[in-house]
Amino acid sequence: MHLSELDVAAIWLTLELATLTTALLLCIGTPIAWWLARTRSFLKGPIGAVVALPLVLPPTVLGFYLLVFMGPNGPAGQLTQALGLGTLPFTFTGLVIGSVFYSMPFVVQPLQNAFEAIGDRPLEVAATLRANAWDCFFTIVLPLARPGIITASILGFAHTVGEFGIVLMIGGNIPGRTRTISVQIFNHVEAMEFTQAHWLAGGMVFFSFFVLLALYSSRRLKPGLS
Amino acid sequence: MSRPLSRLFIALSASFIACATHAEDVQVAVAANFTAPLQEIAASFEKDTGNKVIASAGPTGGIYTQIKNGAPFQVFFSADDTTPAKLEKEGDIVPGSRFTYAIGKLVLWSPKEGYVDSKGAVLKKNAFEHISIANPKTAPYGLAATQVIDKLKLNAIKPKIVEGSNITQAYQFVASGNAELGFVALSQVYKDGKLTGGSSWIVPQDLYDPILQDAVILNKGKDSKAAKELIEYIKGPKAAAIIKSYGYDLKK
Repeated sequence: MHLSELDVAAIWLTLELATLTTALLLCIGTPIAWWLARTRSFLKGPIGAVVALPLVLPPTVLGFYLLVFMGPNGPAGQLTQALGLGTLPFTFTGLVIGSVFYSMPFVVQPLQNAFEAIGDRPLEVAATLRANAWDCFFTIVLPLARPGIITASILGFAHTVGEFGIVLMIGGNIPGRTRTISVQIFNHVEAMEFTQAHWLAGGMVFFSFFVLLALYSSRRLKPGLS
Repeated sequence: MSRPLSRLFIALSASFIACATHAEDVQVAVAANFTAPLQEIAASFEKDTGNKVIASAGPTGGIYTQIKNGAPFQVFFSADDTTPAKLEKEGDIVPGSRFTYAIGKLVLWSPKEGYVDSKGAVLKKNAFEHISIANPKTAPYGLAATQVIDKLKLNAIKPKIVEGSNITQAYQFVASGNAELGFVALSQVYKDGKLTGGSSWIVPQDLYDPILQDAVILNKGKDSKAAKELIEYIKGPKAAAIIKSYGYDLKK
């Protein structure tokens, strides 16, 4: 193996970041997806569009705004400073927040599709059996939406592992804190260390392929976001 | 054809012929720190010769990789002297075209007035959260910054270092206030012989190895007259004045 200590540190950091981001996104994304799936509010369109923005925006746009907003002169930065937390760029917490925004559509959209596919009928039946809303959600909706939840977790995780632009722009390339695999690959290529770059980049290709393979073969469905 | 129309037609054909005989495009790759001066030089070059400079800015290592993989660049302004030397050894440049166009200067800079003192004592005081430098493995100014930190034995500030992938990003971290201060290229904060804002310490040259910035004509520019003209122009007095106004030294 040609992986240095710093490469291994980058791999662990990336896995940590992706795990934490996915867990957070499942907590935040589920209510958003549920609301988007059920609501008839005029806000459905705008909120859905905001959630989907990272699909089309270059990560540099998100990275740039995060850097400005979370910086000492930005509103988020002023708030975190007032709370005695310092500023978030160059920290692992900052990366987690950036990743949550960045990977949001990859979690919310599969969840939303799964929730929409359930339809009204099972919920109405449950209601006639006197299940309250919470009961209904945990015993009917979540089990029925399981394939969607699995898809959301896998896509959220894999997409965070592959994140580059935001990490580059707000990370500061600090080993063990903000230097993820994709940044480390960039460093190797820039430093003309092509062997190390190949090991990590090749690893990423394999990882991504097997994640998608597992995803598509486990569901026996046609490729797609839902 | 009516008269005004025919006049227009003649004027247009004349300008096309003029284009065909004189003006030529030069594809240039330029290291991040030299982007601003090159733009100014390119404007003056275009006015004087009619040739157009199409510049792509990027980190030196990245440009090297692109050149090795067939990028269409004809002239390359590197941020160091080792990358052009490497390209020369590997046969990717027009033999004998390598020369030092500027000598870079390192500066410790903060956008805040009075934050950085003229002796750099702010480093010893160590009362900041983040200090920004460029990646020392890939950017000459980053390497120079680590040499300064080592020479002044400032081990205490090392955990506070944040790295930009190139000198532009190192500057951006400081300019946005996310890092209080940082080691950047003098050319980024210097214009017309003075600091554009904030406070700075121009690091004495004995604290780091000289940052020689070399330029070359690449193989793709072998037959380009405009590429040769651009190189001659860079060596000339007009370009020299512009390069100096950004705080670079010139090779004697």
